[in-house]
Amino acid sequence: MTQSRRTVLKGAAALGAIPILAACTGGDPASSSDGKATSLGSGLADAVPKSGIQAMVDGFQTSSGDTVRLNVMPRDQLVNNISTYLQANPEDVITWFAGYRMRFYADKGLLAPIDDVWEKIGANFGTGLAAASSHEGKKYLVPNYNYPWVVFYRKSVFQQHGYQVPKTFDALVALCAQMKKDGLSPIAFGGKDGWPAMGTFDYLNMRTNGYQFHVDLCAHKESWDSPKVKAVFDNWKALLPYQDTAALGQSWQQAAKNLANKKSGLYVIGTFLLQEITDKSVVDDLDFFPFPEIAVEGTEAVEAPIDGFVMSKRAEKNKAAKDFLAYLGTPAAQDAYAAKDPSNLQTAAGANTSSFSPIQKKAAELIAASKNVSQFFDRDALPAMASNVMIPALQGFVKDGTIDTRGLEAQAKTLYASA
Amino acid sequence: MSKLRLSRSDRVVLAVMVGVPTLVQAVLVWIPTLLSIGLSFTRWNGLAVSDIEPAGLSNYRFAVEDYPPFWPAVAHNVIWLAFLALIATPLGVALAVVLDQNIRGSRIYQSIFFTPVMLSLVLVGIIWQLVYARDDGLLNNVLGTAGTPGAVDWFGDPDVNLWAALVATAWRHAGYIMVLYLAGLKGLDPTLREAAAIDGANGRQTLFRVVFPAMKQINVLVVVITFIEALRAFDIAYVINRGTNGLELLSILVIQNLVGEGQVIGVGSALAVLLLVVSLVPIVIYLVRTFRRAS
Repeated sequence: MTQSRRTVLKGAAALGAIPILAACTGGDPASSSDGKATSLGSGLADAVPKSGIQAMVDGFQTSSGDTVRLNVMPRDQLVNNISTYLQANPEDVITWFAGYRMRFYADKGLLAPIDDVWEKIGANFGTGLAAASSHEGKKYLVPNYNYPWVVFYRKSVFQQHGYQVPKTFDALVALCAQMKKDGLSPIAFGGKDGWPAMGTFDYLNMRTNGYQFHVDLCAHKESWDSPKVKAVFDNWKALLPYQDTAALGQSWQQAAKNLANKKSGLYVIGTFLLQEITDKSVVDDLDFFPFPEIAVEGTEAVEAPIDGFVMSKRAEKNKAAKDFLAYLGTPAAQDAYAAKDPSNLQTAAGANTSSFSPIQKKAAELIAASKNVSQFFDRDALPAMASNVMIPALQGFVKDGTIDTRGLEAQAKTLYASA
Repeated sequence: MSKLRLSRSDRVVLAVMVGVPTLVQAVLVWIPTLLSIGLSFTRWNGLAVSDIEPAGLSNYRFAVEDYPPFWPAVAHNVIWLAFLALIATPLGVALAVVLDQNIRGSRIYQSIFFTPVMLSLVLVGIIWQLVYARDDGLLNNVLGTAGTPGAVDWFGDPDVNLWAALVATAWRHAGYIMVLYLAGLKGLDPTLREAAAIDGANGRQTLFRVVFPAMKQINVLVVVITFIEALRAFDIAYVINRGTNGLELLSILVIQNLVGEGQVIGVGSALAVLLLVVSLVPIVIYLVRTFRRAS
């Protein structure tokens, strides 16, 4: 038996070599560059946004005669596999986000610069949007829509108790104290998934230290172990007793119910809240105010993440892909999307705003009046910093009001060095 | 042992039957394992191969010294193991012993206890969400605390949620152990029990002095499975809150650092290697026992 076993092993070893060798050969050649066909990889898989993207694709195909192959995948699949996706066999145009999330992949040469597209559509976008679409002087993103983070409340609750919209942080804390006396849970909060707490952190940080500090901290050009960061958490400590103590056990959707049924007085969240609260009588009763000023810059910075489109490196020479991107940056295309998904705000100037709800109008004005637009912590910072470090750290802070800024800095050092 | 002559076709069949699984093992398990060990000593952003930089032991140092969830995760895995070994596994064995008595409706009970093992992760998550939700969950409503400030936040309170998750795990694990053990009991030679009965042993004596020793093989298997289940504990904690806020587990830290946007390949690989080393202990013990017996 011994002899034949050796032969068998040899055979197994020979078999083992085949797929390893096969794996070394490259993928298939670049997509067609005849200029009449392109493709779109979309991470917008929910029914409503999906139909919006389809409307954009249909609009382009009708107006240009080019064909677009649409590949819809779940958002998490796109986001979690983006490195491998971009390196393997990506579609020409891909739904993506502004901020570090775009700059990182642009920097690694996985996205194609689209300055020639911007020559056609640049006039449609203001300087804030243009800056958010750029990396080292080149454009990489065509913005589609954005939505601001604000403080929501119910008008009837404010009327009933005679509350005033707070302009300063001190007024906000005083208002919360009053709400608590009146038997309300002052600020609705859902932190089970971790990321919603970043909205509160970002605003406290920008209002305490300014927009530029937010950007530099997210890029780790500023230390976490600094008096400025400690000041942010000190301010948060004033607010923490008024945030829902059940925050860590509930999602943001569950927390939204507390605002809707008047258990909570306020809610710091993005305007995507309106995808969750759909009861017309409640929606009509909703209003919001910008996060109040604390120390610097008043309320001139707004957190308004931008979703848009990027082009993969391999599509660089495909004329149809560029035509498609140019179309996506027109008011007509963005209106086609917004007609299907009205919870966001088109970014292109001249887009149709006549169908805006009062909340949307106010949100658009808020963004237009802002000097600086941040993108949310998990879009502005290294993803590993956001998901592996900040989420546990913020949950720990929400739990007992303690934060280890030295530990944050130690982790940031290692993670940013690996990027 | 007489020398065995194999015909040509025998050899081909053997080569395919041994070669294909070996190949699958090599490609899916061994090569990635070796690569992970290698990567755990490097810094890499996961893009170009040329970006890989040597990092010595710094990833291990980071995991052990700077990464706050690491030690809680180790502690939770140990608690997980203790809970399974002391409560869930004995419960499964007890269920098997009881259901082996040919009581009426035994098959129905078996099916009921085994159902959780077959349910998909998503369903398990939904079921326990329905039980544990703070304001509209079954448990708090039965306790009469739902909607009051005294309501226990089963998923959100980091002092409580580990135990909530362990109860959910025991619910699955006990069914799994029950089926394994029941199969062993059914395969037991009935003459053993008869002989014990003739010798005047009562039920308890038969169980502890005759049946358990005769089930030695299954007992070892159950112990090993309990170990492995505790080490690879993942799904229920991940479904509850992605393994944060009191539910940190080693396997979840590995996934968080290796997969997705939060990818830090060096650190994730180092965590994976640490988990591998711990996991190897029970596996090696089991394999040594098995092979010693075989030879």
